Amino acid sequence: MFELLKTAVIGDSASVSGFAALGLSVFHETEAEKVAKLINRLASSGFGVIYITEPVAVLVSDTIKKYRSQKLPSIVLIPAIEGNTGEGMRGVHETVEKAVGSDILN
Amino acid sequence: MARLNVNPTRMELSSLKKKLASAQRGHKLLKDKRDELMRQFMNLIRENKQLRSEVEAGIAEANKYMAVAGSVMQREVLETALMIPKQEVELEVSEKNVMSVYIPVFNPKYRTGDADDIYSYGTAFTSVDLDGAISALSDIFPKMIRLAEIEKACQLLADEIEKTRRRVNALEHIMIPDYQETIKYITMKLSENERSTTTSLMKVKDMVLKQSHNFN
Repeated sequence: MFELLKTAVIGDSASVSGFAALGLSVFHETEAEKVAKLINRLASSGFGVIYITEPVAVLVSDTIKKYRSQKLPSIVLIPAIEGNTGEGMRGVHETVEKAVGSDILN
Repeated sequence: MARLNVNPTRMELSSLKKKLASAQRGHKLLKDKRDELMRQFMNLIRENKQLRSEVEAGIAEANKYMAVAGSVMQREVLETALMIPKQEVELEVSEKNVMSVYIPVFNPKYRTGDADDIYSYGTAFTSVDLDGAISALSDIFPKMIRLAEIEKACQLLADEIEKTRRRVNALEHIMIPDYQETIKYITMKLSENERSTTTSLMKVKDMVLKQSHNFN
């Protein structure tokens, strides 16, 4: 089974505009409601991977959680231009905690 | 443990024994599945963590260049330079079966044959830092794809492990003990019935003998 899917990047323009050059679809959106709607729209219109900057991801954590247990899309947190907040790594630790029962990575 | 609400009959006993046997078999299988899932998960999650630190470092590097580019160039010029991308990337998605968890596998396809053909602007009006930012992003991009793949795999596996663990626990701590207790209860009840039948038969025999032979 092969599908061709697109890749999106969501975040403030300073952090994500560089990705446009790589051929990714870039969305400059930082308001919680609009981002949530955008994610839902992208998920149902052929996007396989959505990269989202950490500060924006924090605003829409419920929406992101909804897609965690679905096969697609894969939503990945990336650091914004202001620097790494550690939110993405926290997601990894959460996954471990869910599977193992306690966080054994350090 | 709670005894199941069933009639203490031989039929129930034999059906319960069958259920107990399949519950024990299921428990063993699920336990093996959980262990294997866990092993796969541990391999993946280590790679996930490693990859995430690499990607985060790579993007931080690109962001440094981008911040400089943003400060030496006018915002409009920067936006214009990146407005019409030359490159386009699509992901060929297939799936892989890990212990009957289907995880996606991404394979990037570039529109232009060369994945490095990324500069969508002439170099006359843009800062060299922009080139640096774009090239740093392009370097880290294959890892970002792999990260998307592996992070999703870990999340799906974690879900499955949690489900399997609940099933194992339910079988081990609730269903199997319940069956065992009910089987014990029915066995006791049946042998008690048997004993009571035997004693009443003996009693009847005594009475009949007494009546017919005046026997003491």
